[in-house]
Amino acid sequence: MDNETKPSAAARRQFLADTARMACGVGLLGLGVGLYARHARALPPAAIRPPGALPETDFSAACIRCGLCVRDCPFNILHLAKPEEPISTGTPYFVARQLPCEMCEDIPCVKACPTGALDHSLKDINKSKMGLAVLVDHETCLNFLGLRCDICYRVCPVIDKAITLDPQTNARTGKHTLFIPVVHSDHCTGCGKCEKACPTEVASIKVLPLYMAKGQLSAHYRLGWVEKEKAGGSLVAPDVEHQYNMPEGMKYESGKGLSGSPDAVSPAPTSPAPAALPKAFQGGKL
Amino acid sequence: MNAILKTSPARPGAEAIAAKGWLAAHKWLILRRSSQIGILLLFLIGPWFGLWIVKGNLNFSYTLNFLPLTDPYVILQSLLARQMPEKLALIGVLIVTLFYLLVGGRSYCSWVCPVNLLTDAAYWLRVRLGLKGSAHISRPTRYWMLGMTLVMAFVTGSIAWEMVNPVSMMHRGLFFGLGLAWAVLLAVFLFDLFVMRHGWCGHLCPVGAFYSLIGKLSLVRVTLPARAACNDCMDCFAVCPEPQVIRPALKAIGGTSPLILEANCTNCGRCIDVCSKDVFAFGTRFNHTVVTVTVAGAPQAAPK
Repeated sequence: MDNETKPSAAARRQFLADTARMACGVGLLGLGVGLYARHARALPPAAIRPPGALPETDFSAACIRCGLCVRDCPFNILHLAKPEEPISTGTPYFVARQLPCEMCEDIPCVKACPTGALDHSLKDINKSKMGLAVLVDHETCLNFLGLRCDICYRVCPVIDKAITLDPQTNARTGKHTLFIPVVHSDHCTGCGKCEKACPTEVASIKVLPLYMAKGQLSAHYRLGWVEKEKAGGSLVAPDVEHQYNMPEGMKYESGKGLSGSPDAVSPAPTSPAPAALPKAFQGGKL
Repeated sequence: MNAILKTSPARPGAEAIAAKGWLAAHKWLILRRSSQIGILLLFLIGPWFGLWIVKGNLNFSYTLNFLPLTDPYVILQSLLARQMPEKLALIGVLIVTLFYLLVGGRSYCSWVCPVNLLTDAAYWLRVRLGLKGSAHISRPTRYWMLGMTLVMAFVTGSIAWEMVNPVSMMHRGLFFGLGLAWAVLLAVFLFDLFVMRHGWCGHLCPVGAFYSLIGKLSLVRVTLPARAACNDCMDCFAVCPEPQVIRPALKAIGGTSPLILEANCTNCGRCIDVCSKDVFAFGTRFNHTVVTVTVAGAPQAAPK
């Protein structure tokens, strides 16, 4: 007891050494845990989070691994990740090729979540974004080969919106039509029914995480035809009549060919009048 | 020490069995095992028989779609990782915190936690095999572990500890599929068996450390109304998973009242079982009465 109230130098040194040992040991362990947690954030593409799941970085902070979503899923499609799986231990996921989300209208998994890792503001299952279907392999997709498979199109719960069939000429036969399945990201929920139903040995259409499946145009891009519709008319000034650079005295008109005499040699062809700038460019903003 | 070993019976508690009978000398142990196994069964009849009384696991459970129970420790990590849980989880935190304020923080460890079954088994085997020697890690290391898990939650912005936490891994694994979690649990068992006496629960586990903080203020405590009757048989020290908590109260060090107020007492009640002199009893932290021992040995309550 006296030692504690009046520590000797040796006792103090011992205390400091013990503390340093403990701190280093626990610190090392912490480093391991931290690095492991960082790695586990990269969710493998085949693992899909339940509807309404927050973005992965927020999800790993909000999900307390209770499994209530797993229990309340009426189709038993959800699993909690086991320690050996490359998914944050104990968090819920499903694999579309095994069992896709059945898209219950009342979304019981979201309702069951006690923490909001599955966002409770999701009320309409058709608005969920679990991922995005991508027709990953044009070489094996039966519709691309000219067959009328259409299975992905027909099983889609958001039929004719999330997947449409786009007719194109079959260049191989020259007389048939290819019905190309096209996924529309604003309607696809990522439920995975298309991937599950795809009849090829390995699915030709797969649900991928949004960050992998979706490209993004640069912010300054404008689609001319969209802008035209917004403005209610063409934003581009009509073309001035095109003038060809020809030797002096000669003239070329489309459809009529050359005219005039080639005798006069002129070193200075008239340059075409500068076209008026299209309206869209006049504001100085592209 | 040798003298004590020679005079005391081979197994701690033998004296109590002789004095009180086997059942009375195992009362709290039986109740405790019933609680641990009962809780496991409550969770298991759902996945086994489709009878959903309780859903979830120790991190969050929902009983009869009415009673939410949330582990405050996992929510604290979630908050540090900058996520605010929904109301249901917060109500669960409140209920659980109040409950353990009442019954003792580390009652969680001895009455609820499934890993305790594992580490108790390891300790039992350790004694049976006569394994001596133990690595030295000081008991406060668990608070460093607790701090580390909280710092990691903040730094990584995720509930990092849950990825490796053997406690939730075992409980979740039993109902949702163990996977390789058995290897982690085996490691804990072997660590306690060969490397360190009461190693995991008594020195390292941050979950226990967290609940001990709740226990600092909790109501139900082991009291020592008859501490004067102690005959220094040392049986309570032999069975106690946290023997350092007994000495101040039993030996009245620094005029301590006959109450185990140390936060790391797990309220397992085994000391009550094995004491042939009935020194110990469950009581509350406001229970300061001591018992004077009459010549006949029958304890009588008397105000302090």
